[in-house]
Amino acid sequence: MSHDAQVYVRSQTEFEYIKQKRKKDMRNQVTSFAIMIFLTLIAFTAVAAGFSVYLIVPVILLLAAVQVVLQLYYFMHMSEENHQVAAFFLYSAVMLAFTFVLTFLTIVWWG
Amino acid sequence: MSSIAKKKGFGSTLWDYLTTVDHKKIAVMYLAAGGLFFVIGGIEAMLIRIQLAKPDNDFVSAGLFNEIITMHGTTMIFLAAMPILFGFMNAVMPLQIGARDVAFPFLNSLGFWLFLFGGIFLNLSWFMGGAPDAGWTSYASLSLASPGHGIDFYALGLQIAGAGTYIGGINFLVTIINMRAPGMTYMRMPLFTWTTFVASALILFAFPPLTVGIFFLILDRMFGANFFDHTMGGNTIIWEHLFWIFGHPEVYILILPAFGIFSEIFALFARKRLFGYSSMVFATVLIGFLGFMVWAHHMFTVGLGPTANAIFAVATMAIAVPTGMKIFNWLLTIWGGSIKVTTPMLYALAFIPSFVAGGVTGIMQAAAPLDYQLHDSYFIVAHFHYVIVGGVVLAILAAVHLYWPLMFNQMLSEKLGKWTFWFFFIGFHLTFFIQHFLGLMGMPRRVFTFGANQGWDLFNLISSIGAAFMAVGVVILVVNIIITVVKNVPVGNDPWEDGRTLEWAIPQPVPFYNFKQTPLVRGLDTFWIEKMEGNKEGMTYAEPLSDIHMPNGSIIPIVMTIGLFIGAFGALYNGEKDWAIPVLVLGLAITFGAMAVRSLKDDHGFHIHKEDLMNDEGGK
Ligand code: HEM
Ligand SMILES: [Cu+2]
Repeated sequence: MSHDAQVYVRSQTEFEYIKQKRKKDMRNQVTSFAIMIFLTLIAFTAVAAGFSVYLIVPVILLLAAVQVVLQLYYFMHMSEENHQVAAFFLYSAVMLAFTFVLTFLTIVWWG
Repeated sequence: MSSIAKKKGFGSTLWDYLTTVDHKKIAVMYLAAGGLFFVIGGIEAMLIRIQLAKPDNDFVSAGLFNEIITMHGTTMIFLAAMPILFGFMNAVMPLQIGARDVAFPFLNSLGFWLFLFGGIFLNLSWFMGGAPDAGWTSYASLSLASPGHGIDFYALGLQIAGAGTYIGGINFLVTIINMRAPGMTYMRMPLFTWTTFVASALILFAFPPLTVGIFFLILDRMFGANFFDHTMGGNTIIWEHLFWIFGHPEVYILILPAFGIFSEIFALFARKRLFGYSSMVFATVLIGFLGFMVWAHHMFTVGLGPTANAIFAVATMAIAVPTGMKIFNWLLTIWGGSIKVTTPMLYALAFIPSFVAGGVTGIMQAAAPLDYQLHDSYFIVAHFHYVIVGGVVLAILAAVHLYWPLMFNQMLSEKLGKWTFWFFFIGFHLTFFIQHFLGLMGMPRRVFTFGANQGWDLFNLISSIGAAFMAVGVVILVVNIIITVVKNVPVGNDPWEDGRTLEWAIPQPVPFYNFKQTPLVRGLDTFWIEKMEGNKEGMTYAEPLSDIHMPNGSIIPIVMTIGLFIGAFGALYNGEKDWAIPVLVLGLAITFGAMAVRSLKDDHGFHIHKEDLMNDEGGK
């Protein structure tokens, strides 16, 4: 594309809008960060408290899944616009990985 | 930096290619290196067929035979078919979507050098104590038991070459997502671009399992791990799963671009819009998805149990549906077209029945109970050669003729091209059709000889004669190329006269910045639309003429690669030679050093100025 120099000046409204958006993003990031710390604490406590393995393992896996989603959306910017392609590839990968793990479990390790 | 072409000496041309990041030059290198490996793999094939031409032959020993078949398969898939297709993707795809280069020109070059040095490393095994001998599938129980360093060369060489392929795949994906010219929506992309896109997505998802599998193999063989050794608690079946989770998508990585090439050819030489464009796109994506759900059809006889076998059998048969859609769309594209039977079109016409035959045997094998009979027999060999040679190799040969004028501004001789075609096509069917029956008669695959009393003599001899025909075809092609290059008659753009897509609209020889002005795409078959509206220039522009930003060439990719190449020797001799670990460290240090230089040193590229562009008539 063209590379002639261009100077672009933001209007006051645009400036306000961006400022607000950044503020919101920041709040979301800090909140999700706090949630993740909290989830990690739950996971550690569950192990430390010595609950049954059959309880701990599913709970930890569930918490891990929630954390992955939070990570993706709030830290890797998946919630922003124009990330449909990235999201499509990510979910395809998740689906494929799930199939692989499922077959390994059912026909290699348990079967 | 001036954009005006100058006559250059040999040294500076060599330096130019070693450092280039131009997708068109990288394409030429892929084509040349892939072509060389194709010839090497072909020679190995001839040795196999000579050995099997008569019963109780002792042309090669059993051990050497195993090395030859292993190297034949590995070379053809990883070092010939894929890189040659990558060459065409590099040469054509950016032009088709109206881009000035791929998204990551530096990585493009890195990907090429990794492939080349991985391939060289693998082939050095011939001179350094023997080649790998456990088949291209390298099943773990066999490969762990294999003495010598052959399998180590296989594992390390494929790891390096595989990294190159992976980088190339990601690069194509990002290019197609981000670098399309204005107006080039997804549903206006030519089919070759679409198939490149889906094949690259398959690379993205299929290569990691192979990488993991090969790392396990490397650790098992060279660093004392036991992932696949059941006596130590490992599991040899895991290799098979990892290999085929990669392996089945891999065959689609090969065939989808071939489908793309043929789609272009049918539309071009039937002089009609491709029939059912959107269903073609849909079928391509669907094949891509289903391709991941069927890998265990290579393992029906492992003993996965009836449930697993049934699921994978049904999933496998499902792939025939989108494939069938494609076949009908091609037929309906030719139907009522004003057909011009050029060399590429001959290949395309021959492809349809050949590939359908391969698909039918595929469905037969997908029926799990029948596969207990067919598995590991010559029937399988016949099946995959029908799809790979009858599909992929025919597409590659067609594309060599079709895109030669685009890449080199010269036309290969049509007369010799047709000779190549007939020798190759007849030889192909002679070689492989009869192997179906050898398989049904009980001849197992990968045997180095057979007895005179088994009734397989005549069919094997016929098969070997067919192979000689194919070799003659390839020799004619090489002669054709040499003659054309020596004559060097420029042909200009749109040499087939009926070009439909953007790549044919560019002036020849293609300037290194591809498009002086980025084109505006106004529909499917962009160039055709402009021609029909009487636009002499062949393009509508989306921007005024202005400075163009271009990347600088770089020697760093090849340095990074050489680091890995050196390091691989260290890993190979680990625990055997004192210098092994230091060499491994040295190699990795070179690679990481080169990466550090790349990261720390800013390289902003350069601009071609508007004034230079206006004076420039083209030129490489
Ligand atoms: C309709 C589509 C297809 C079906 C249903 C199909 C099915 C199968 C099945 C069931 C096998 C395993 C047979 C056995 O080992 O017992 C097989 C092997 C094979 N197929 Fe296909 N296939 C199809 C298309 C393709 C295509 C398009 C390619 C490549 C371009 C391909 C390449 C191969 C290869 C290389 C093998 C043998 C691998 C080995 O054991 O070394 N197939 N196919
Ligand atoms: Cu398969």
